[in-house]
Amino acid sequence: MDDARALPLRPRPRRRSRAKAQASDRRELLRDGDGAGSRAAAELERTWQDKPGLRGFLSANGHKTTGLRFVVTAFVFAGLAGIMGGLMRHQLATANSHLVGPDFYNQLFSMHGTAMMFLFAVPVMQGFALYVVPLMIGTRNTAFPRMSACAYWLYLLGGLLLFGAFATNTGPDAGWFAYVPLAGPQYGIGKRADFWNMLVTYSEAMGLMVAVDITTTILKLRAPGMTLRQMPLFVWASLVTSVMIIFAMPMVMLGANLVQFDRMLGTHFFNPAEGGDPLLWQHLFWFFGHPEVYFIFIPALGFVSAIIPTFARRPMFGHDAIVLSLITTGFLSFGLWVHHMFATNLPELGKSFFTAMSFMIAIPTALQIFCWIATIAAGRLVMRTPFLFVLGFFFILMIGGLTGVMLGSVPLDLQVHDTYFVVAHLHYVLIGGAVFPLFAALYYWFPKVTGKMLSERLGRWHFWLFFIGVNLTFFPMHILGLHGMPRRIYTYGAETGWEALSLVSAAGQVINDLGTLLFAINLVRTVFFKSERASADPWGAGTLEWSVASPPPKCNFFALPVVASREPLWSPPAEVTHVQGLSAQIREGLTTTVIDALPDTRYAYPAPEIWPFVAALSVTIWLVWSVWSVPGFAWGLIPPALAFLLWYWPNKKEAIEELKWEGEP
Amino acid sequence: MNGVHDVLSPAGPQAATLYQLWNVMLVACTVVFVVTIVALAIAVWRAPRATERAKPDLDPHPRKVATLRRSVVWGIAGSSVLLLVLLLASFVADRALSALPLANAVRIDLVGHQFWWEARYESHSPELTFSTANELHVPVGRPVLVRLRADDVIHSFWVPSLSGKKDLIPGRESTIALRADRAGTYRGQCAEFCGYQHAQMALVVVADPPADYERWQALQREPARAPETAQERRGLELVEQTSCAMCHAIHGTRARARRAPDLTHVASRGWLGAGAVENTPALRAEWIANAQKFKPGINMPPLDAAPDDLAAMSAYLGSLR
Amino acid sequence: MGGRAVTRREATPASVPAVRKGDALDVSGLPSYGFAHRSLMWWGNAGMMTIEGVAFGFMIVIYFYLRDIARVWPDSGRVPALLFGTINLGVILASAWPNYLAQKAAQDRSLLRVRLWLYVCSLFGIALCAVRWFEFTALNVRWDDGAYGSVVWVLLGLHSFNLVTDVLDTFVLTAVTYSKPVEGKRYVDIAENCGYWYFVVLTWLPIYAVIYFGARI
Repeated sequence: MDDARALPLRPRPRRRSRAKAQASDRRELLRDGDGAGSRAAAELERTWQDKPGLRGFLSANGHKTTGLRFVVTAFVFAGLAGIMGGLMRHQLATANSHLVGPDFYNQLFSMHGTAMMFLFAVPVMQGFALYVVPLMIGTRNTAFPRMSACAYWLYLLGGLLLFGAFATNTGPDAGWFAYVPLAGPQYGIGKRADFWNMLVTYSEAMGLMVAVDITTTILKLRAPGMTLRQMPLFVWASLVTSVMIIFAMPMVMLGANLVQFDRMLGTHFFNPAEGGDPLLWQHLFWFFGHPEVYFIFIPALGFVSAIIPTFARRPMFGHDAIVLSLITTGFLSFGLWVHHMFATNLPELGKSFFTAMSFMIAIPTALQIFCWIATIAAGRLVMRTPFLFVLGFFFILMIGGLTGVMLGSVPLDLQVHDTYFVVAHLHYVLIGGAVFPLFAALYYWFPKVTGKMLSERLGRWHFWLFFIGVNLTFFPMHILGLHGMPRRIYTYGAETGWEALSLVSAAGQVINDLGTLLFAINLVRTVFFKSERASADPWGAGTLEWSVASPPPKCNFFALPVVASREPLWSPPAEVTHVQGLSAQIREGLTTTVIDALPDTRYAYPAPEIWPFVAALSVTIWLVWSVWSVPGFAWGLIPPALAFLLWYWPNKKEAIEELKWEGEP
Repeated sequence: MNGVHDVLSPAGPQAATLYQLWNVMLVACTVVFVVTIVALAIAVWRAPRATERAKPDLDPHPRKVATLRRSVVWGIAGSSVLLLVLLLASFVADRALSALPLANAVRIDLVGHQFWWEARYESHSPELTFSTANELHVPVGRPVLVRLRADDVIHSFWVPSLSGKKDLIPGRESTIALRADRAGTYRGQCAEFCGYQHAQMALVVVADPPADYERWQALQREPARAPETAQERRGLELVEQTSCAMCHAIHGTRARARRAPDLTHVASRGWLGAGAVENTPALRAEWIANAQKFKPGINMPPLDAAPDDLAAMSAYLGSLR
Repeated sequence: MGGRAVTRREATPASVPAVRKGDALDVSGLPSYGFAHRSLMWWGNAGMMTIEGVAFGFMIVIYFYLRDIARVWPDSGRVPALLFGTINLGVILASAWPNYLAQKAAQDRSLLRVRLWLYVCSLFGIALCAVRWFEFTALNVRWDDGAYGSVVWVLLGLHSFNLVTDVLDTFVLTAVTYSKPVEGKRYVDIAENCGYWYFVVLTWLPIYAVIYFGARI
């Protein structure tokens, strides 16, 4: 059979000789499965490598690259937002302070909240999921790597636009949830609220894209044998979070766009004089906003569930209970949103229902906490930094969760709503419930990502300074709220008596900063000045990401694993250990069935391309244009339409390569 | 603005109910916290130590697991019961709040503006109504029904020592009921971010013994006191002819605008600008000359006037008891 | 040569199980793509439809929320004319038939049939866009004419956005059938786009009901 003739319209090779072209057509099809040192392994590494140079940088779509970019960028935004927080503490440390004026202060707290929630907390969790999940489930890339790459560029551009707006005195100044009418057409003067709406559009688009990618990855790309019951808890947490995101984020994207329509097109969704209702925005925002805090909290619970077994040297007690708790928490979180609106004139009976729901969600969280404590009680403990941060998480999250129960009660909330009591609560749950596990995860997976261990000594100092600092900064705020201090005030008079505790809080912030500084030093020292390499599994953990070298090969696995238990590295080797037969010359992976993870099809991952980046740029053009001009909203759609067209358009070279491996169903 | 401003110092039944609920919840939550942290501490303390290289324990340990399972189940059962108790406490408090007897209530119509509080005391006879701003007087022991409306953006009325808060939302009308059972001055502050000077939108509720309240009310119902000295007359003239009259009302004079606080009895109030400056002669003159200095960004423009004129206006306004 | 996708190897029968070879699972005989839920594109599509379905659902809830707080609905007193909306309903329901045939042709990997039915779908798409344009003019209310006008325009606008993007997708896929070589996964993309078209058709039903009858009942 003459294959060369059978293939119609093969492009004539222009630069290579015909002989060479025919030689490469007859090049043998190299398949994987032979292990680390083989020819196939070397070919795999070549296939999975990013292209060099600027073009390569912009077109990379490996999940490790994208995930790492998300995490690093998120920490940069968190640092900037943290500086804003420090400025606020300083301004409020003394009565009648003139460190910053009211306008700048209003922008500071709005930017702090917006950047922390939209540009740090959710993206960092998604970034970790993008990096860790494919390694943990035994595959080479996520399902839609270009979509996640585009999501990253959208995230970066959106964040840059927001901070650019802030730098030009156009930062949002109506708080991180931008209530109308304050952020509406009449009272939201200038472009500040427009930039906030734009940022929300960016971050929701980005979040949704990553969520769809992760959901599909977890459902369809798991290693053979990794049934849903054998799936690690962190993967469950990522799945629950991603599904929640798909249901909740459209609401705020819709809402922010309705506010934009009110501002730019003269609609009346929130204008009470013309049939609209300011309270509608609150419903729209908080229906998203409450699940959103769970987008941040549930992955963190996943971190804790990944770390405790390793440092207790035993499998998790109550694995199935924790899975059910995660799912229940996800569902229940959609039924709480009105607890942010208890001070409005909604009917009292309705509000009481939300009190009951808000109390109810404590139960699955409590179940997880008890299961964790049981695991610790039954284990043998390795007291290293990741575990220290998990212990800190218990302490601080519990305080936050319990003040949450207090806030869930309608009558009590009427006293402490919109005061520093809420500020204390939200920081305790976010820092305790998310940032402590995040640091734990960082110390835990750092050797996997970089191949080096962070310093234990600096890690302990970091932990203790941060633990003390957080409590010193935020605990007094409970008392300040009870003493009548409302939120979002740029100053206060001496007669209020709030100065003493505010000063304590500011001092605590300084200790926080010290701890964070030590962490930064630890990072820099380790990355740039340490030469000692970490092994594949420095913690002796049981899940699949620890079966590959540190840092992982570009293809993740030279042969995809086959699993038969929840901790594959801890269990005795099974009869079938790995997959063979996938291509080493194109980026190929394996899809499996949803529930039982039986091998289903081979799957050709897309090669690196510049289009995700170009598409993100074109969306930026559209959004920025539409903020300044109403027709821009329509005409500006042309660049993204073109970019997505070019993205989709088949690449002949790639198609020819992939056709060599095609198999019909 | 001075006054008692504390959730933990209730001066009326609404705040007292909430204070009791707070105590119940504090005790319950502290118990849960202590029990859980102690359990964790014991678990950490008693578990043997190991290194990363220790072989993981994959044995089923049926007895130990059964004990742990029992503990977890008891923990969940206990938590659920406690949550139910707290839910009940919350409902009981909620009902108590709505059960305040409202017979013979003082009715106030409160409108929130950026950044001051307009209060109209209502009455069955129109000529007995009057307006004031930022300082409310209420009789001790009588219920007060406040109707809450907003003119521009969302505000929130909150006097912690008297009751919980309620939002003032444009296009919606809500009410809040409260009662002061002890005489005194109770401070409040806007509790929903409303813009530039949200931080300086305070108010006071002065609870007077009933006789004092009747006196205050009678005084507020009268038109503005006529100027007696030459300086005061000059002050009135200036108030009527300069920009003051474009926004403020002083009943009985030609100043009749309603866009800013009613000044008919401004001297009876302790503070100006919703708590921005004390209502003393010197500060009053400074405020009139340039309110922006104390509260930048509000609607009141600076007044370019000679010091004598400012003194006259301050004197006149200071006579409006 | 319409029938089979061009491959350089012999086609393998569907649903080939992996073959155990020693301690390895050999998957080289597995197909490299599959239709419906066997393709990752199906899941991505399902995610997209969930997102947009949820957004449409919320928009309908917003319609009834605003209607609930209104004293008079519509506040302008004029309801949308039924003509163009109902024509749209008829045409869009009819478009499901060529859509079904296009999907079947894609699943059979028949290039010429796929191309034919995609052309027909594209024509339906153009017709629908034209009718949709007239629908906007027949709403009898401006978008800035009260909350009623705002919500009706945005409801229609959201569905129109979906309609236009799917019509454009159909154009692109028709063009892609000319770009050789046509890989098997292009047929999956076409089948998925047809699936999305069903979504566009189905979501029109409640939105039509709300826009045209929400103010009449």
